[in-house]
Amino acid sequence: MAAEGQQHPLKIYYMVWILLFVVSFFSYMVDILQFHGMTRWTLIIVFMLVKAGFIIAIFMHMKWERLAFKIAILGPPVAILVLISLMSLEGGYVENSRIQNYGESTFEAETPGHH
Amino acid sequence: MSEAVLDSGAAEAPGTKGLVEDWARDKQVFGVPWGKAMMWIFLLSDTFIFSCFIVGYMSVRIASTDPWPVPSEVFALTMFGHSIPLVLIAIMTFILITSSGTMALAVNMGYRKDRKKTFWLMVATAVLGASFVSMQAFEWSKLISEGVRPWANPFGAAQFGSSFFMITGFHGLHVSAGVIYLLVIAFRVKNGFYEKRGGKYEIVEIAGLYWHFVDLVWVFIFAFFYLW
Repeated sequence: MAAEGQQHPLKIYYMVWILLFVVSFFSYMVDILQFHGMTRWTLIIVFMLVKAGFIIAIFMHMKWERLAFKIAILGPPVAILVLISLMSLEGGYVENSRIQNYGESTFEAETPGHH
Repeated sequence: MSEAVLDSGAAEAPGTKGLVEDWARDKQVFGVPWGKAMMWIFLLSDTFIFSCFIVGYMSVRIASTDPWPVPSEVFALTMFGHSIPLVLIAIMTFILITSSGTMALAVNMGYRKDRKKTFWLMVATAVLGASFVSMQAFEWSKLISEGVRPWANPFGAAQFGSSFFMITGFHGLHVSAGVIYLLVIAFRVKNGFYEKRGGKYEIVEIAGLYWHFVDLVWVFIFAFFYLW
């Protein structure tokens, strides 16, 4: 049984290619335009997920694969979200313990680019 | 039970019916070429490995009481008298996206059996990948010369160095392996190796999956390490 191969018109690949450049430019702008806090993090994550989605769905052909295959591959990484939640909770707790037991940091940072 | 349901080449029934039928077959589950399925399963395992590193980085960064170095300052380069933040990273991102494009075209050419175009597009992809690794190596040498070590650095929390070198090092290793892999397959395509094996060019798509994965990991590293 032969795979049907990528018989999709080239146009969709060129369009996604251009979109990836555009979204990368927006990601870079998030830093240049100095967004901070929640806005910054939300924009970073949204642009990251858009790019990841395009790469997986179109370049890696997942959009056209069978449902059973999609779930078998894309399902398990959802467990990583659980890991992220648990570890960020733990991290916050460790930071608090450190501040309570050792006090705030007294680190004097150098500015990069100077010696 | 009709035989057609158990035939792995059967057209997919819509929705959950197709899902159940695929898993209900007795010889072969999805009807995807085994090479493609195995590459995806490998990439799935690699996803978990990179996730462990990135979540580990998240953990130490959250837990650190020392301020974290500011990436746009640490990774700035002075060009034409101005300090431009993240410029090398932007160029590296541009290069990887370009290489993903050439790879996607190579896969398409492979299925059209245009061996010459497939070869050149795969070589272009490999060259772009090699230039990415060189830039990453330059980045490393610059940071090391400025005193960044896995155990300490002058710019902020001590864990910055080990997170940076571990994550970008693992990624760079994957890119380097990919460059070699691509060149091996490219030359095999050019020399007619796959013509002798029935003229099937799925291998180009399979190599492409690996290469797109490498680009995908960079999308996450770029977001979580350099921008955050």
